[in-house]
Amino acid sequence: MLGLLTWSFNLLNPKMFPIAKSPVFYFNSFLQQVGEVGLLTFQTFKNLFRKPWEKRIFIQQLEEIGVRSLPVVSLTAAFGGLVFGLQTYLGFHRYIGPGSETYGGPIISLGLSKELIPILVGLMVSGRVGSAMAAEIGTMKITEQIDALFSLGADPTRYLVVPRTLASLIMLPCLTIYGDIIGMAAGFFYNVYLMGVNRVLYIRNTLIYMELWDIMSGLIKSAVFGIIIALIGCWQGLKTEGGAEGVGRATTRTVVIASILILIVNFFLSKALPANL
Amino acid sequence: MIRVVDLHKSFGHNKVLQGVSLRLKHGETLVIIGQSGCGKSVLLKHIIGLLKPDKGSVLVDGVDITKLKADELHKITKRFGMLFQGSALFDSMTVGQNVSFGLERYTDFSQKDIKELVKESLAKVGLIGIENLMPFELSGGMKKRVGLARAIAYKPDIILYDEPSTGIDPIRADAINDLVIRMKQELKVATIIITHDMVSAYKVADRIGMLYGGQIIEMGSPEQIKNSENQVVQQFIHGRSQGPIKNW
Repeated sequence: MLGLLTWSFNLLNPKMFPIAKSPVFYFNSFLQQVGEVGLLTFQTFKNLFRKPWEKRIFIQQLEEIGVRSLPVVSLTAAFGGLVFGLQTYLGFHRYIGPGSETYGGPIISLGLSKELIPILVGLMVSGRVGSAMAAEIGTMKITEQIDALFSLGADPTRYLVVPRTLASLIMLPCLTIYGDIIGMAAGFFYNVYLMGVNRVLYIRNTLIYMELWDIMSGLIKSAVFGIIIALIGCWQGLKTEGGAEGVGRATTRTVVIASILILIVNFFLSKALPANL
Repeated sequence: MIRVVDLHKSFGHNKVLQGVSLRLKHGETLVIIGQSGCGKSVLLKHIIGLLKPDKGSVLVDGVDITKLKADELHKITKRFGMLFQGSALFDSMTVGQNVSFGLERYTDFSQKDIKELVKESLAKVGLIGIENLMPFELSGGMKKRVGLARAIAYKPDIILYDEPSTGIDPIRADAINDLVIRMKQELKVATIIITHDMVSAYKVADRIGMLYGGQIIEMGSPEQIKNSENQVVQQFIHGRSQGPIKNW
């Protein structure tokens, strides 16, 4: 999958396009990249709870991934909630009839918490944080700072990848919960205050039909997206070559690969995670 | 102390090292010279365990470090200090944090002792009161000196220098040479220096080896290298474009 994504990206790169390569080359490249990510994932999880813990970097990353993403998550969740509220209102009003709009509450809450907010948060964080991880680690790679880490007794995976992955794994669900609240509030605001839907019924229907598992499944998804973003960003950073151009390529690839993986994995998680029907 | 035996390394089809062998004794300064891109830095990275060879071994006091896992390797790399070509200071950390980095990982000293050792290491390279500056606030020469302070802070017994005089003016380059000599005298360390700066090589070396075509083609004292009959060595040390070396 990763090889296919990188291959697609290469097709968009004018420098790579004229070089015609055999399917065997792409297959080998695919296997190599899957192997690289697989090995990095294995090493990261192996070192996740091994000392020494890089507390300083971990706390920095919690702030970078979580706190500093709040403005962008607030905006996307608010407008996501508003537009979802708008379309739900129109749908109920047109197809079911006036008065049925109060059933928009659970639909909005379900759609936001299970699908829209985890995906929006994942995509926003992959653009904002994943690219920054690739750029920072890529710059460290080309300026020999990663070699210096090793020579000074720090394992680059333990020092760079583990704190980022752990912070991302923790902060993505936190951002998703925050986005759920903002998005649901925006949907409520649109329906109740702008379109005059009955407030009590809207809340009552939401509480009746909404279940804790709907929110939990969104949080599980976002935790997986967090791991994807951190590992792809770090992987691309660690394999950066060729100066500033290489760093630029690593950041772009991170956003493209992580975003597409998030959308693909989201579908399979939606299928795999049990739904209460 | 260090023995490199028949080291081979290729990157794709590019054969960089093709059977390099050398030996470094306690307290000795060995300078490796050679053209840009001939594999000098690759050799140095094998010696500290950053790269694994395709064939051959690197023995540090009899232990083959090419066979060690990362955790075991760090017990050996603790004995090495390395000054990187571009200094490789961590740009998200202050000078003080850079210098204390190895101390925090390689020693059990308290924060108070580490602070003292950071000051002491910086003073050894002639820098005082710059612990709170960021690397971007330093000149090229200062960065090199901070890199050296970081490399010697935890008192290694082998120091590796990757082109210490590259990118700085001749006066600062000579100051770095003096530092290299002082470190050797004060700390009694063994030293390997990678350079193509012959002025520096003659000044600091006990022995000079020339890397060409992936092999050490000549090894000897500075005098022996100056009087070498090997035309490749003569072309390189005199910096002539005419001669057996064509691929420049």
